[in-house]
Formats: sequence, structure tokens, C-alpha cells
Amino acid sequence: MKEHETLEQRLQEQGVSRRSFLKFCAAMATMMALPPGSASAIAAALAKVKRPSVIWLSFQECTGCTESLTRSHSPTLESLIFDMISLDYHHTLQAASGFAAEQAREDAMKEFHGKYLLLVDGSIPIKDGGVYSTIAGRTNLDMLQEAAAGAAAIVAVGSCAAFGGLPNAQPNPTGAVAVSDLIKSKPIINISGCPPIPAVITGVLAHYLTFGALPALDDQGRPKAFYGETIHDRCYRRPFYDQGKFAKTFDDEGARNGWCLYELGCKGPTTHNACATTKWNGGAGFPIEAGHGCLGCSEPKFWDAGSFYTPLPAPAADVTSAAKAAAVVGAVAAVTVGAIDRGKKTLAQQSREKITVEDLKGN
Amino acid sequence: MSLDDISIKVADLHSIGSVDALLNEISTRLARFVAIGETSMIDLKSLPFSPDEYEGLRTSLGRGEASARLETIGDSELYETHYPGVWWVTHYNVEGDVVADLLEIAAVPAILHSQPEDVRDGLERLQHMLVQPK
Repeated sequence: MKEHETLEQRLQEQGVSRRSFLKFCAAMATMMALPPGSASAIAAALAKVKRPSVIWLSFQECTGCTESLTRSHSPTLESLIFDMISLDYHHTLQAASGFAAEQAREDAMKEFHGKYLLLVDGSIPIKDGGVYSTIAGRTNLDMLQEAAAGAAAIVAVGSCAAFGGLPNAQPNPTGAVAVSDLIKSKPIINISGCPPIPAVITGVLAHYLTFGALPALDDQGRPKAFYGETIHDRCYRRPFYDQGKFAKTFDDEGARNGWCLYELGCKGPTTHNACATTKWNGGAGFPIEAGHGCLGCSEPKFWDAGSFYTPLPAPAADVTSAAKAAAVVGAVAAVTVGAIDRGKKTLAQQSREKITVEDLKGN
Repeated sequence: MSLDDISIKVADLHSIGSVDALLNEISTRLARFVAIGETSMIDLKSLPFSPDEYEGLRTSLGRGEASARLETIGDSELYETHYPGVWWVTHYNVEGDVVADLLEIAAVPAILHSQPEDVRDGLERLQHMLVQPK
């Protein structure tokens, strides 16, 4: 394995044309949620990329995040692993086990000290000295602190690693915490979701690998390209909200007409994620498209934020009047804004007071 | 019982409005292309479509006279829509999954142009072949 070759050199050796490389870059732009015209800039950056070492640690988790990653369609997991990164430790995916596996982790940490990317899924239990989750006889806490010390950056994959997730839900018997609660000295990217969208995991990795820097992050440490807007603001059912058309039960006329699920407890308005556009299962759909409201799984403490079927508190103005103001611009502005400049906010967004998950805690 | 027995109505596309909004966006961009030659792309994967709207957009744009196909790291389909200068470009990976779905406002999609690196490489191969003894 030639670790020091750039991606462009490897592709040239394989007889891949420049045009193919540009096609690959167009797919990368889509994956990274960058403007579609940025393929040539990506090509220039990728030409210099070398494969970084990646260590993936799985702690108090259900393996759903790894399951999600292995269903990533673009690029395929194989190409991501073998062309773009050197995955030196992942105890679920790697062939080695036992002492050989732990040795691979230690070797990678030593050889690439200060340079490797550390991916973590699962929360870290810290109660009673961290005894509630151990790997090879060592606590998750111990292993994280050791691996974090030599990492260039840490990616917290999934809501458990990002925010504590389900293990952290009340009454939190194991004292589960997020990576960011323990590690303060390294840059951390949170890719929340239960699980996160596979294309978002690979998209964020691709961004880091392509540009050698972390993407712009929101106040929760999540990449803005994917978490910059709410499910609600990017939802194809949003115009029905604007028109005041709601499903009241899961089998009424409104539900059959595909109207807004706000009154059935949809957490889309307070949830930041890319489900509405990136979608799931290779683009097949997302929960709202299947007729069920958003659970808000990419927000902190979503499990303790009240019933999944209780409507969110009403926005600042009542739904229909706020919606009417938004409807004028909403339908036109909301649909195209993502393609042009994701940083721009639509008038529809500005006209509504934001509700946070914190507001729901009292319910 | 079949799917047809479940009484699901297809929502009226115009009541959602995303297709009309996007057609307006395309119209604005096409006008800029006509006026100052500015090319641009729209990433369809970044837009919220209902299941029917995507097909609605395809129907609205229709198909024009020209189409092309790339066969590299999976196929790519490119065709000019009913509106000259508006191209629908879909890239697939080797598994056949859509990896990029774009509308490109241009005389010819950029990726169809022969790339200087590839042309130089091809010329070398041609010259090399010509100096080989017959």
C-alpha cells in the first residue's frame, strides 16, 4: 500500500481520465453539500490529498452508526476506505481481533501521532470509574483519553458520541456523556443523528480529507452544510404548513393528502438535519415522506424532550397567520435557496421565532 | 389486498409549488445565460421534492434534441431539455446509484468537453503508436 501517493496519482496509475476525475468531484460536491460549480475547486484540492490514518472507536453504542455508514452509497464505503482513508482500527469492520486488533490501534496511534483522525461512536460512561463499558479490559474513558491525545481532530459520529444520546437519557444509570464533555483540547465535529445520514458521515469525512480543515460548524459543533437548516424549512410538506393544512390523525383526510404533520408531533421545526433533501436509503425517502413526523434525533436530549406525538409549542405568531406571510415568499425562496447559497436565510425563516429543544424540557 | 385498495390521493403538484418555483429559478438563470453568457448549475439533490414533484419537474422540462452518455466510473446521462441551454445531467456510480443529479445552464455541459490533460495523453499515445515498427 502506497501511503504517500496523492489521490490523483493513484487514479492516474489506474488509467482514470481527467474527465472521470471531474465526474468524481461533481459527485463529491453533491455529497459535501457544496455548490455544484465547485467541482473544479474540489479537483484541485483532491489532487494533493494523501490518505490519512483513521482510528474508529466504538463505545456505548448500538452499532447503528456503523450500520448506517456501511449503507453509504456515494462514494461506496469501499472506495472511501481504500482510496481516501487508511482505516487502521474499527473493531466491528476489521478482520483482526483480540490482541492483533488492539496492536493495530496502538501502532497507528504511534506512527501517525498528531495526524490521525479519530472517529468515535457511542457515549462514554464515566460513573464508577467508567466500568460500565470496556474494550479489551480497558474502560472507554481511558481509551478515549489516550486516543484523543494524538488525534488531529475528532469526529463524534451519532447522537450518543455528539450529545450523550440514549445512554444519557434520564435517569442515565451509567453516567454517559458526550465526547465533547471529556475532551476540550482537540477540534471536535459532531455528526448527530440516531443514526446520522450515511451520506452526511462520508460527506463530512470527504470535506476534511479534501480541504484538510474542519467544515464550518454550528453552535452544537455540527457542520452547517448539513445541519444549517431545519427539517421543517427544507420539507416538501412545508407549503402545507404555510397554508394551515394539517393532518390531525394518522388516518384522516389530511394524512391521506400528505399535509403537514406538525400537529401530530413532528419535531421538524426544531430539528437541524439534512434528511429532507439528502434523504435515506440511497435517496428513497425520509420519515415525513413515509407519513410519520420527525423525532428530532439529531438534537441534544431528544429522548427526554417530551412525547414524539405531542405537538411543539406554537410559534411566535399563530401558525396560519405567520404562515401566510411566509407563503408569499416561502414557496419560491425556500425551494431554491439551498442550491444557490445555503448560508442565506429565507424570509420565511426570519419571520418565525425559533423554538429550541430547551423550550420543550418543561413539558 | 393490493396497494390500489388503499385510498391514497396524489397531492396536486401546484398546491405544493416547488416545481413552479424551480422553473422560475431556471428561467432567471437562462435569461442571464442569454444576456451575459453566465453558465450555472442547480444541484437537484439539495432540493426538497415530494415523490411526485421530481417527476413533475421532468415532465415540465421535457426532452430536447441532444443527448450524450459518459461511460466512466459508472454511467452518466446528459440530455438537453425542451428548453435549449438547459441540460439535465445525472451521474451514476458503478453500482448504478445516482451520485449527482444536476441541471446545467450552458451551451454544452462542462464535463462533455475534452480535458486538456486527456487530450495531451491521447496525443502521446497516438504518436507512440505511429513510431512503432509495422
